[in-house]
Amino acid sequence: MTHSGPNLGFVHRPRRGAELGLLILALAVGIGAYAAVGLGMEGVVPTDLVGYGGWLTALIVAAHVTVRLVAPYADPVLLPLVAALNGLGLAVIHRLDITYGLNNETDTFARQQLTWMSLGVVLFILTLVLLRDHRVLQRLTYTAGLVAIVLLVLPFMPFIGDEINGARIWIFVAGFSLQPGEVAKVLLVIMFAGYLVLHRDALALAGRRVLFVDLPRGRDLGPIIAMFGISMMILVLQNDLGSSLLFFGLFLIMLYVATERPGWLVVGALLFAAGAFAAYTFVGNVQNRFNFWLHPMDYFESSPGSGQLVEAMFGMGWGGLIGRGLGNGFPDRVAYAQSDFILSTIGEELGLTAVMAVIVCYGLIVERALRIALISRDGFGKLLAVGFGAVFAIQVFVVIGGVTGLIPLTGLTTPFLSYGGSSLVANWVVIAMLLRISDQARRPAPRLDPVDESVADSEHTQVVKLR
Amino acid sequence: MNKPIRVVAVFSLLLFVALLMNSTYLMYFRSADLAKDANNRRVINAVYSRERGAILVGKEAVARSVPSKDKYRFQRTYAQPFKYAPLTGYFSFFSQTGVERSQNDVLSGDDSRLFVTRLIDLLSNSDPAGGNVQLTVNAKAQDAAWDGLEALPGEAQGAVVALEPNTGRVLAMASTPTFDPNNMASHDLSDVGDVYDRLLGNPAAPLTNRAIGTTLPPGSTFKLVTAAAAIESGNYDADTMVPGGYEFQLPQSTVKIPNHDGGNCDGKRITLTHAMQVSCNVTFLSLANELGNEAMADQAEAFGFNSTQVEDLGGQAKSLYPRDLDPPQTAMSGIGQSSVTATPLQMAMVVAAIANGGEVMRPYVVDEVRAPNLSVLDKTDPQTVSNAVSASTAAELTKMLVATVESGTATPAQMDGIDVAGKTGTAESSGDRPPYAWFVSFAPADNPKVAVAVMVQSSETAPEEIAGGSLGGPIAKAVMEAVIRP
Repeated sequence: MTHSGPNLGFVHRPRRGAELGLLILALAVGIGAYAAVGLGMEGVVPTDLVGYGGWLTALIVAAHVTVRLVAPYADPVLLPLVAALNGLGLAVIHRLDITYGLNNETDTFARQQLTWMSLGVVLFILTLVLLRDHRVLQRLTYTAGLVAIVLLVLPFMPFIGDEINGARIWIFVAGFSLQPGEVAKVLLVIMFAGYLVLHRDALALAGRRVLFVDLPRGRDLGPIIAMFGISMMILVLQNDLGSSLLFFGLFLIMLYVATERPGWLVVGALLFAAGAFAAYTFVGNVQNRFNFWLHPMDYFESSPGSGQLVEAMFGMGWGGLIGRGLGNGFPDRVAYAQSDFILSTIGEELGLTAVMAVIVCYGLIVERALRIALISRDGFGKLLAVGFGAVFAIQVFVVIGGVTGLIPLTGLTTPFLSYGGSSLVANWVVIAMLLRISDQARRPAPRLDPVDESVADSEHTQVVKLR
Repeated sequence: MNKPIRVVAVFSLLLFVALLMNSTYLMYFRSADLAKDANNRRVINAVYSRERGAILVGKEAVARSVPSKDKYRFQRTYAQPFKYAPLTGYFSFFSQTGVERSQNDVLSGDDSRLFVTRLIDLLSNSDPAGGNVQLTVNAKAQDAAWDGLEALPGEAQGAVVALEPNTGRVLAMASTPTFDPNNMASHDLSDVGDVYDRLLGNPAAPLTNRAIGTTLPPGSTFKLVTAAAAIESGNYDADTMVPGGYEFQLPQSTVKIPNHDGGNCDGKRITLTHAMQVSCNVTFLSLANELGNEAMADQAEAFGFNSTQVEDLGGQAKSLYPRDLDPPQTAMSGIGQSSVTATPLQMAMVVAAIANGGEVMRPYVVDEVRAPNLSVLDKTDPQTVSNAVSASTAAELTKMLVATVESGTATPAQMDGIDVAGKTGTAESSGDRPPYAWFVSFAPADNPKVAVAVMVQSSETAPEEIAGGSLGGPIAKAVMEAVIRP
C-alpha cells in the first residue's frame, strides 16, 4: 500500500448481499404487519395483500438495485432500517384507516402515504443517480440557505400558507398540504455543513479560556446569534416549538463538531436556556405544553388540554409488554394517531416490545449516520452526515419523548412512521445522501501507482495513474 | 472532527437510552396505575367490545351478544326486550342495570369462577368470552305475567311477581310500562344518551322495575299479615269469632272507618275466615288495634318489611312498616293503609311464606353461573331469611285464603280441580287518582308450587270498577296455571 488515508490497511467490502438479506426481513415486517392488520381487524388476510406486497417489494427492490449500481459501497444497514420503519408505519396507518372508516372519518391516509413513499423512493433513486459526489452540494451552500429561508417563510404567504392546530407550518399547493419546514431541514444541514467547513478554523482557534472552557470571540458569535434568532422567530411566529428546537439543536451540534470546541455548546446551552425561559414566560402555548407535561392528569378535560397526551399514555399503558394485538386496541381515542402520535398506536397494539424495536431502529440509523461521519474522508461529508444523524436523533427524541411524557410535547413527525408526505419524501432523500456519503467513504481509496520509473526519470512531469 | 463526533454519538446513545427507559416505565411499571385512572375509558371499552355472555331463561337466551362489524365488535341484543327488561336490565356503553349489572363480572368474563376459562383463552390466543347466567324464571309464567299486564286497558302501570314458595326462586317478574334495552345497547352512543334522557324524563317511569322498586299501600292484601299476627298471638284461629259490623271507631279520634262496600260483613260477630272472605275492614282494624304497633311491626318484619332481601337484582325498595305508629295509625295499618307500603315482591314473599309453612325464603333470580361452553360453574342455594309464622298458623291462614277464593272476594283466581289460596286488595291512594289494585295468591293450596303477587298501579279502568279481584285475579290465575299446568 502506498497511499495513506484514515483507514490504513482496511478495505470495506460492498456488503450488498447483507443488505438484500436485511431487506427481505424488513419486507417481512412491513407485509406481515399488513396481513396482521387484516387478520386482527377483519379476521381475514387482506385480499389486496399480493398487490400491496408486490408494490412494496418493487419499491424496495428498485431502491436496492439502484444502490447496487451507483453506490455499491454504501452502508448496508440504513436502507433495510428505513424500509422496515416505513412498512410498519404503512401497516399501522392502514389499521387506523379501517377504524376511521368505521367512524365515518377520513380513511385514505395509508393510500396517500403509499403514494408519498413511492415518490420518496423515486427521489431516493434520482438523488443517488444524479448526485455522484456529495461534495457537489458544497457549491450550493448559500443557495440552499436562501431556499431554506424562503421555504420557512412560505407558510406566511397569503393564499398558500395555512395554520393547522395553531401551528403555521403548512402550505397548500395544487390540493396538497405540505410542510416546507421538512425540506428546509435538509437544506439547512447542507448550508451549515458548507458554511462551517469553510469557517471552522476561524470559529475554532480564536477565543479565550475561562474556567477550563474555551469561549469563542465575540465577533464570531454572529452565526450562532443569527441561527438562534431564526429559531426563536419560528417559535414565536409559527408557534412551532418542535422545529425551533430541532433547527437550533442541529446547528449547535454541527458547530461543535466543526470547531471541536465545547465552548460553543456552553454558549448554545445558555442561549437555549434564555430562549426557553423567554418562551415560557411570553408564549402561552409553551407554558401550556409545559404544564400539560408536568401535570397531564390535571388538564385531561381542559381545552386546550392534555387529553391527547393522556389518551396516548393510557393507550401505551394498556398495551403493556406485548400489546393488545393489531385491531384490538382503541388507538382512535388519540387525536392525530396517524401522524405525531403514531407511536402510541404501536405501543397500544404491539406493545413495549415494538416500541423498543422502533426506538432501537432509530438509534441504529443515528449510529450509522455518525459512523459514516467518522469514516468520511472530507470535512464537508463529515459535517453533512453528522447533521443528518443529529436531525434524526433530535427529531426522534423530541417526538417520542413527547409522546411518552419524558419531555414537554412538541409537534414533530416520527420519521418514516408518521403519516405526512413532506416528511417522508424529505427523509428518503436524506437517506440517499447518507448512502452517497458512505459510498464515497467506504469505497477503496484510489491507488497511487507511479508510472514506470525510467519513463518518469526521462520526463520531467510525473504522471500519476488513477486506477 | 472525529472526537466531537464520538461525543455526539455518546450523547445520542444517552438520548435513546432515556427513551427506552421512559417507555419501559410508562408501559410496564405505570401500566396498572394508568388502567385504574377514572378517565381511562379503554378498560370500559374493552369490556364493551368483548363477547359478553348470555342471560338464559330455560334454553333460550333473552340477552346475548352477536358479532357486529363496527369497532365494538359485539352487539348486545335482547330477543324479547320488553318482557324481560325488568330482569335483564340494560347494558349500555355508559352503565348497566338489572342482571346485566349484578352479574357483570360473570357476563364480562372477569369473575374469579371463570379463571380457568380465561387461562385457556389466553393460552389458545382466542378472544376472552364472558360466562352465561341462567335465570330462575319460568318462561311460560313470564309470558303469562307479561301478557296479562299488556292486556290491561290503556297505558297500564303494574307489576307481577311469581315465586317458588319452598325455594324463593323468582318464576316471573314483569313490569309495565317498560323499555327496550336494545335501544340502550346501541353503538350509536349519542343515540343512547337521547334514549336514556327520554326514558328518564318519562313520568310513567319506564326504567323502574315496579315489581321490586315501587312501594305502594298494599291495602287489603296486608290483612294476611294482620291475620298472621293475630293467630300467632295465640288468641285466634280460623274459626274464632271476631268483630264485624258497619264501622270501626278509630281510637283517639272521631273518625269512623266503614267497610269497602259499605256493608256490615254479614253480622256483628263473624269468623276470622269469613272476615277474610269478605275482606272485612272492621275486623282487621280492630285486630290491629288490639294487637298494637309492636306486635304488628314484629310480624311485618318477620315477613321481610323494613329490609331488603334480593341480592342479585339491584333497585329493590324497602317495604315499610313503621315502628312509631300511634293507635289510630296502627289500626289503619291493619288494612294496609296509613304509612304501610309494600313492593309487589314483598307481598309475593308474604303469600309464599304462608304457602311454605311460614318460612320466608330469600328471593333470587340467578339460578346458575355457566362457563362460555355452558358447563355449570355455580348454582345458587335456596336460603331461609326468617320464620314468619309457625306451620300451624300458616295452615290456618291457608284455610282462610282457600275459602276466600272458593266463595269470597278472590273468586277470579279459581282453577278447575285445584285448590287456590288468594286475597284481593284495593288500596286507597291519595287525592284524585284511582286506587291501586292488588292480588296475591298461591296454588295448589295443599302443595304450593307458585305464589303470585299482582299490582296494578293505574290503568284506564273506571275507578268504581277497580277491584283487586277483577283486575289482578285473572293475571295471577294465568301465571299460576302456566307453572302448574305447563
